Amino acid sequence: MRLLTHNMLSSNIKGVTSGFPLRIEAEKVVEKQVELNAAFLKNMFAKIEWKPFVDASRAMGYAELPDEAEPLMLESDEFLQKFHHALLELHLEEGALVCPETGRRFPVNKGIPNMLLHEDEV
Amino acid sequence: MWYLCVFYHRLLDYRKPEVESLADLCGAFNDNHKLEWKLPKHHHPDSPFHFVNLPSEEIARNVANRSILVKGLYELWGEGNSYEELEEAIKNYPDEQKLPYLTPESSFKITVDTFGKVISFQEQNDRIRDLSYIPFKANTYQSTDAVFDGQQTKWFQGRVNLRNPDHKFWLMETDDYGSNNGLPPVVQKRVFFGREVGAADRKLLPTYQLKSRSYLGPTAMDAEVAFLMANQAQAMPGKLVYDPFVGTGSILVAAAHFGAMTMGADIDIRVVRDGRGPDCNVWSNFKQYGLQMPLSLLRADNNLPPWRSGLKEVFDAIICDPPYGVRAGGRKSGGRKLLKGVKGPYTVPEDKRTDHIPSTAAYSLAECVHDLLDLAARMLVIGGRLVYFYPVPRDNDSIDTNFPEHPCFELVAACEQMLSLRYSRVLLTMVKTRPYTDDIAEAAKIRHLEFKENHLKWMEDGNLHSAVFSPADLHLGDTVDTKVGKESKPKYRGKYV
Repeated sequence: MRLLTHNMLSSNIKGVTSGFPLRIEAEKVVEKQVELNAAFLKNMFAKIEWKPFVDASRAMGYAELPDEAEPLMLESDEFLQKFHHALLELHLEEGALVCPETGRRFPVNKGIPNMLLHEDEV
Repeated sequence: MWYLCVFYHRLLDYRKPEVESLADLCGAFNDNHKLEWKLPKHHHPDSPFHFVNLPSEEIARNVANRSILVKGLYELWGEGNSYEELEEAIKNYPDEQKLPYLTPESSFKITVDTFGKVISFQEQNDRIRDLSYIPFKANTYQSTDAVFDGQQTKWFQGRVNLRNPDHKFWLMETDDYGSNNGLPPVVQKRVFFGREVGAADRKLLPTYQLKSRSYLGPTAMDAEVAFLMANQAQAMPGKLVYDPFVGTGSILVAAAHFGAMTMGADIDIRVVRDGRGPDCNVWSNFKQYGLQMPLSLLRADNNLPPWRSGLKEVFDAIICDPPYGVRAGGRKSGGRKLLKGVKGPYTVPEDKRTDHIPSTAAYSLAECVHDLLDLAARMLVIGGRLVYFYPVPRDNDSIDTNFPEHPCFELVAACEQMLSLRYSRVLLTMVKTRPYTDDIAEAAKIRHLEFKENHLKWMEDGNLHSAVFSPADLHLGDTVDTKVGKESKPKYRGKYV
């Protein structure tokens, strides 16, 4: 599971009002190379919630991202590289995503998060 | 400029919409989003031959080369009811359009195609010889690798290259060869001569065919149709494409081939996470073709999606084949017995939670499509495309063309593919034209609750499965009145295309 995905997910259990962002419990993190596409990154930048993204990257063991970011920073190759790396090249292979409100764990196995709700959460 | 567009004679409903979609992708449109089409004289609307107006040769080439169903797009040098008329027309075609392609340095090839009839090699050569009034002789270089047969070099002194010529010319003849040749009727002879500008790369199909796919499932999308879907969705590098019913990833493979980034979700974790083993899963499908792997795969229920509430306008296209309950039923969260009211609400005990597999309930087509439209309305960018298959029962000679609607979308194409006498699937292409407002979100929430409350009713009404598989009452074998249902769509060589 990449951080791009993590930035889109939330715990939508019945009654939960702030299920985003999910806390990351990282058991196994892997790095996989992805070709850099600047146009794609610029599009995605506008959709990312930056603070949760930075926190998540730190939970995965990557501390290179600045606390705040502006679209202008995308012009810098160095920043683009770091953004690309954190967004697309860090993978959570095994672990869990934890609901901030209820503590409910959504397991991540073989890189696939299981976001299905149990019968009483529906 | 008008071009002659010759289609492959299959998937008839898909041909023009594909060209329209690709023309839009290649920048053919300014304001009006429709191409002009004309039928050649004496031709039937189902004919493979059409004239289309495209703004430039570059756009025409790009459209044709990316398409799957365009056999060739030609700059027409002449046409007529007879070869004499054709000669007249070609002679009248401006020299400045012809001469640049007849230079001594360039190589060429002429193909003779008689649609619906096979003619001998000798007859083909005769036809080519009769074209000697075209100044292929404008060059004086006599090639020793002119390959027709020794005789031809007398007439065409240019460099003939049959394998990889600079320019390809086609002489096409269409005529009434009698019925049962597998093509739509042509009332009278019509011949065309044109320079090929572009053509579909059909070699994609044997490369991507399902029979050599590493990981297959019962509902994996046929490669040709998957490419057509990707063309309807205008997949290209830089775009993000999502499939909420990803299964084995067959649709995303087509989108990834055209360079798009992909994402997929499925409610069945076995398909998405495990596959049939470490070398036989969704990832291995992408690896097989050297394609960019999906950015993410997740297990999620499209009925209760896991997206954070502020998220919207993220995807450029959503392409999918939702489960319609005929060959594979859809599922959604919530215990089956719970939703039917047979069992009261229950909580899973703490110690059983970690490995608990939540039970799922049947997902009616109506609710599935409602959820899909709601998801697409919210998550697509403005101008983004939703491309999906919608099943329709066939009733004698027609299908119900009341397709699903949504205030955020405009329907731009509906392409029917007959699956059996009882039902078809229609590929719908919808473009998002209006933003997802709070009102629309509210209305969707209310509808979602309505579906939940009336779960049983939706499962019983309009059950497509029984409409398709119930014992035939009308069609009791070929001896019974076979006119019913079979006159509607014409058959070509005994098949519905």
